[in-house]
Amino acid sequence: MPDMLRNAQRVEDFEPGAPIPVELPHPPRHEPAARSVHDAGMTAAKGLPDPWTGRLHDIRENRSEAAFVAVFEHFAPRVKAFLMKSGSDAALAEEIVQDVMTTVWRKSHLFDPARASVATWIFTIARNRRIDTIRRTRRPEPEDLPWGPDHEPDATDILGLQQDSAKLVDALKTLPEKQRLLIEKAYFGDLSHREIAAETGLPLGTIKSRIRLALDRLRHAMT
Amino acid sequence: MIEHHLTDDLLMAYSAGTLPEAFDLAVATHLSLCDTCRAAAESYDAVGGALIADGPGAEVSDDCLEATLARIRGEAPEAAPRPIDASGVLPAPLAAYVGGSLDKVAWRPVGMGVKQAILETGEGATARLLFIPAGTAMPDHTHRGTEITIVLQGAFADEGGTFARGDVEIATDADHHMPVADISEDCICLAVTDAPLRFRGILPRLAQPFLKI
Repeated sequence: MPDMLRNAQRVEDFEPGAPIPVELPHPPRHEPAARSVHDAGMTAAKGLPDPWTGRLHDIRENRSEAAFVAVFEHFAPRVKAFLMKSGSDAALAEEIVQDVMTTVWRKSHLFDPARASVATWIFTIARNRRIDTIRRTRRPEPEDLPWGPDHEPDATDILGLQQDSAKLVDALKTLPEKQRLLIEKAYFGDLSHREIAAETGLPLGTIKSRIRLALDRLRHAMT
Repeated sequence: MIEHHLTDDLLMAYSAGTLPEAFDLAVATHLSLCDTCRAAAESYDAVGGALIADGPGAEVSDDCLEATLARIRGEAPEAAPRPIDASGVLPAPLAAYVGGSLDKVAWRPVGMGVKQAILETGEGATARLLFIPAGTAMPDHTHRGTEITIVLQGAFADEGGTFARGDVEIATDADHHMPVADISEDCICLAVTDAPLRFRGILPRLAQPFLKI
């Protein structure tokens, strides 16, 4: 569903050296003058619907423990629940939660609010950590796109991404129960479609078409 | 311009983290070369993010926060990853498995000038690099499972069309095909299978257990 992430940046969207347009949705009031485009984006992000982007900014720029504790208190229980649904026991889940949240602290400067919501970013860290724990090797990840410091996110992209993310959360809530459960199983159950078929007793074709229907609905909600 | 892409099934399973390691490697390799599929993969990640954002939490012990705080107090921020040299034939995820660039690949001849190198991945599927001399045909084969082939250099053609750098061919049980490497350049591919191939001639089939293909 490439259209869902209308703001996914492409390398060719940027001309090397060209100034990046920054349109702030509303001017920052209590913030010092932005020193760079990135700061401008992040400062603007503080006024956006998703408060977690601003907290990530505080962690990144000020190494703020208070912001970290807030992020931890919100996301650690969610990450733990995700891990336990994926088959971890409570003790292992808390161990992985520690790793995940430590990674959030260490890699806060790699979080790109124009590409992912904080929840999505933390989801990918938790998923990778879960796989690493099972396989004892690092999960293959695509190479980093060659965005230099000139290619920092702009506030419009951040806003668009946050609006899309909020829409997606709403769209998931309105999915028919059966479809939503299958999506959850596919993501959290650590099961392939074939294994879901074995577990639920539903034919593989039914599962595939339900998941496809669910994704179509989500896609529809995003347009 | 990439014309043959990954399927939604594969992208979603990559995002959910349910693929065998060798398939993860194939997906990561294609995403390194294809902005379209990368954007799609990120949207599947967003579904995972939405499930976490909306989901109920499980109570976390106070010790967990304390232990995490103790860990971050000693942590310096991690250095930004160094820019990747995108000029090589092997995208970064593959280079990590090979241990460097193309000259580090431990090729083994499998006949007719074709060479392969099996990459070490976990259970459930096998990943190997294939080197097919320009103009050479691979032995005709069918599949018991799914085979994903990603072109890294040169091009090949078969019943499914022409495949060049970054293109993905996905073959399933029903297909049997005979890819022929383009005449202009030696072809290098990443091929991932979740079951051994079956060649349609007696000799290659006998050779199969030894070649691990």
